Amino acid sequence: MESVIRTENLTHVYSRGTPFEKTAIHDVSVEIHPGELVAVIGHTGSGKSTFMQHLNGLLRPDSGSVYVDGEDIFASKEATRDVRFKVGLVFQYPEYQLFEETVYRDISFGPRNMKLSESERDERVREAARLTGVGEELFERSPLELSGGQKRRVAIAGVMAMRPRVLILDEPTAGLDPAGCAGVIRNITDYREETGSTVLLVTHSMDDAAKIAGRLIVFHEGTIAMDGTPDEVFSRQRELVEMGLDVPQSAAIADALRARGVALPASIYTSRSLREAVLDLAGGVAPC
Amino acid sequence: MPKQPIIEIEDLHFTYPGDSAETLRGLNLSIEEGSFAAVLGHNGSGKSTLAKLLNAILLPTSGKIYVCGRDTSDEEHLLDLRRSIGLVFQNPDNQIVANVVEDDVAFAPENLGVEPQEIRRRVDEALKTVGMYEYRLHAPHLLSGGQKQRVAIAGALAMQPRVLVLDEPTAMLDPLGRREVISTVTRLCREQGMTVVLITHHMSECVGADRLIALSDGTVTADGTPREVFSQVELLRGEGLTAPATVRLLYALRKAGFDVPLDALSVDECADAVAGLLRRAGRL
Amino acid sequence: MLKDITIGQYFPGNTIIHRLDPRTKLILVVVYIAALFTAREWLSYGVMLLVTCAIVAVSRISVRTLTRGMKPLVFIICFTGVLNLFYTTGGTTLFDWWIFHVTTEGVKRAVMMVVRILMLISGTFLLTYTTSPMALTDGLELLLNPLKKIHVPIHEMSMVMSMALRFIPTLIEETDKIMSAQRARGADFETGKLLERAKALLPLLVPLFVSAFRRADELAIAMESRCYHGGEGRTRMKQLRMAGRDWLALFSGAALLALIIVMNVYGL
Repeated sequence: MESVIRTENLTHVYSRGTPFEKTAIHDVSVEIHPGELVAVIGHTGSGKSTFMQHLNGLLRPDSGSVYVDGEDIFASKEATRDVRFKVGLVFQYPEYQLFEETVYRDISFGPRNMKLSESERDERVREAARLTGVGEELFERSPLELSGGQKRRVAIAGVMAMRPRVLILDEPTAGLDPAGCAGVIRNITDYREETGSTVLLVTHSMDDAAKIAGRLIVFHEGTIAMDGTPDEVFSRQRELVEMGLDVPQSAAIADALRARGVALPASIYTSRSLREAVLDLAGGVAPC
Repeated sequence: MPKQPIIEIEDLHFTYPGDSAETLRGLNLSIEEGSFAAVLGHNGSGKSTLAKLLNAILLPTSGKIYVCGRDTSDEEHLLDLRRSIGLVFQNPDNQIVANVVEDDVAFAPENLGVEPQEIRRRVDEALKTVGMYEYRLHAPHLLSGGQKQRVAIAGALAMQPRVLVLDEPTAMLDPLGRREVISTVTRLCREQGMTVVLITHHMSECVGADRLIALSDGTVTADGTPREVFSQVELLRGEGLTAPATVRLLYALRKAGFDVPLDALSVDECADAVAGLLRRAGRL
Repeated sequence: MLKDITIGQYFPGNTIIHRLDPRTKLILVVVYIAALFTAREWLSYGVMLLVTCAIVAVSRISVRTLTRGMKPLVFIICFTGVLNLFYTTGGTTLFDWWIFHVTTEGVKRAVMMVVRILMLISGTFLLTYTTSPMALTDGLELLLNPLKKIHVPIHEMSMVMSMALRFIPTLIEETDKIMSAQRARGADFETGKLLERAKALLPLLVPLFVSAFRRADELAIAMESRCYHGGEGRTRMKQLRMAGRDWLALFSGAALLALIIVMNVYGL
C-alpha cells in the first residue's frame, strides 16, 4: 500500500555543539498509510513530540528525510510550506495559542493563510466548528471568554479547517476531565470518519489508545521501541511498565485472570472486550 | 481516642464576584488529622475554588471554614493560618519563584522570618523527604514535570504545615510524573502523619486514599471510603466521572445477575473475585 | 533560535570571580566603568585592557562566549567607530574626499571608542556570566538598602527583578511554542517585507500577553500561599558575607581607579 507519510533514518540533535547537546530522535524510519489511526506513545522526553514536528516541516532533521505523498518535504521552500496544510498539527494545550478577536476569525486563520476564496473559507470554518461541537452562536465571541474545554475545541477546529490529509494531535486531552476527554476523542474520530483522513494521536492515555487506535507506535529514548496492533503492543506489558508507561487497566485485569487459569482470548485491552469475554465465559451459569 | 478534625467546613457558600451562579452551594465537611482525603470532581465542580478558600486566598460568601481551629476569615491571624496549610497547584511552572531549587524551597521560611540556620535545616529535610536533595542546586525550569511538583511540595513542607492541599497536582504530568507525585504524598501521610487533601479528576489517584469525597456543582454527592464511593457506578457516571475498570467489570457482572462484590478495587482483588465466580460455576 | 540568546545568562562556576560577593562585583563594575571613562591615552587604555584580559582569564569564561554575546551589538559598535573616524578633527589629514575627512586624531578616537565599548560590554557581561541572577538582585537590594529610608521600594523592585529573571526562560520557551503552532497553521515569519514580517508577529503578542498575565496571577496566589507579605520581617537562608578576598578585590579596584586618574592628570 502507498504510504501517506514516510520517514527515512530521521535524526535530530538539539543544541548541537553546546554543553546542552541532546539527541532527541535517532534513526527513525516509519511508514504511515492513508486512513490509519495511529496512537504515538512514550513518556516525556522520549522524542515523540520532536518526531511529530518533523512530519509537517516545523523541525528540520539533522539527517534523514520525510516524504509526504511521496514528495520530499524539505526539497524546496515551497514544499516545506505546502506541507503545513497537508499535515495539520495541533500542539499541546492549544487553547493558549488562540489570538484572534473572534472565534470565527481564529478558526479561519489557517484557511486565510492558504489563500482560499471567501466562500470556501466560510464553508470550512463551519464544517470544522460542526465537527468539534463549537456552536455558531459562539462565532462572534472572543475566544478568551470561552470555557477551557470550548477553547480547546476551537483550537482543534482551527487546524481541522485546513482540511489536512493527516491530522496530528499532541496530547489533545491533557488536563481535561473524563467528560471533556471523551468529547475531544469523539471529535477526532468523527473528523476521520467524515473526511477519511489519517490521524496520528500522541497520548499518555493507554485507555484512549486502546479504544480508538488501530496501530500503536511506542517511542523510547529517541527510537521506536514497539510498532504494531494494540494486541501486539499490549501483550508486552512488562516492557511498557519498565519504560515508565501505563497499561490499560482492562489489559492488566485480563492478564491477572489468565494468571489465575481463566482461559481468556488474547486480544483484550478495552473494558468492553473484557466485559464481553468474561460474560461469555460465565454465560451459562444460572444467576444465584 | 477519636481523632480531631483539622479542617471543618460549615454550610459553605461561595459566589465569584460578578457571577450569577453559586460555585459552592452549602458545603459541609470535616477532615480528620492525619488522614488522606481525595476530592474528586469534574471541571467546574468547584473543587479548585475550595482549595483557595481553605487558605484564605478567597473568603466564603457565607458559612465558615476552620483550619486547625482557626477561622479563615480572621485576618489578624492570616499568616498563622497560611503556614499551617501548604498548597500545591496544578501548573508547576507558575509556583516556582526562584532560579535554584533550594532557594525556591527556602522562600516560605524566609517569608516567615525563620533563622538562617533553621531555614537551611528545613530546606535540606524537605528536599530529602521528596527525594530531590541531589537536585538542590539545579535550575527548576530544566527539571521534569514530576520533579518540579516534588520541589513545590518541598516548598510547602518547609513551612512545616499540618495539612497539605494539592489542587490537581498531576493534571499536566505524564504517567511517570503522576506516579512520582502520588507516591510522594501517600508516603508523607502514611509515614509522617501529614494530613493530605488531594483534589483531582483522576479516579485512579484516589484509590489509595482513606476517604473519597465526590464534588459536583458545588455540593458533595458522595462521601466515604474509595470502595464505597466507586461502587456507586451509576451515580459517578451521572457526574461525568468514571469508576475504575475493575469496578466497571464487576458492575457489569452484577447487572447480568452474578453475585460478585462491587468493592474489589485493585486488579488482583478483582481478578480474585471473577476467578472465584467462575470456579463456583464450574467454569474453571 | 530564541534559545540562543546569551545576554544576562549565568554560567555556573567556582572561580574566585564566581565566589566574590555580588555586592563586591557590583561595586567593582561601577569602579571599572568609571576608570574606563577616565582613561584618555594609549597607556591607560593598555592598563585597562590588561586588567580586563586578566579578569576574563581568571573567570574561565571563554572568549567565544563573550564574543557570541556581543553579536547583537556589532552594529552599534561599528556605527560609533565610523562616526568617530569621520567626524573628529585635528591631527594630520590622511584622507579627504567629498564630506569625508579622515585624520590621525580621527583614527585614534575611533580605535579608542571601539576598544572602550568592547571593554565596557565585556565588564558587564562578566558580571552577569559569573553571578547568579538571584545573587545579583540580593546584592543590589542590600547595596541600595539605605534608600529605603527615603521610602524607595527597594525590596519590591528587587523582587520584581528576580521574578522577571526567573520567568525569562519560561517565556522564551512559550514564545517558541506559540510561533511553532502558528507556523503549523501557515503563518509566515521568515519571508516578506519588513512590514509584513512585523505584522506576522502581532498574533504572537496576544497569546503571549494573555499567558503572562495568567502566570502572574497564579504566581501571586502561589506566593501568598507561601506566606509572602512583602519585605517586612523577611530573613534569608543565604546570608551574604564579605570575605577577605572581597576586601582585597575592592582595594585593587580602588587602586586601579586611582592609577588611571593619576595617569589622566599626567596625560598618559
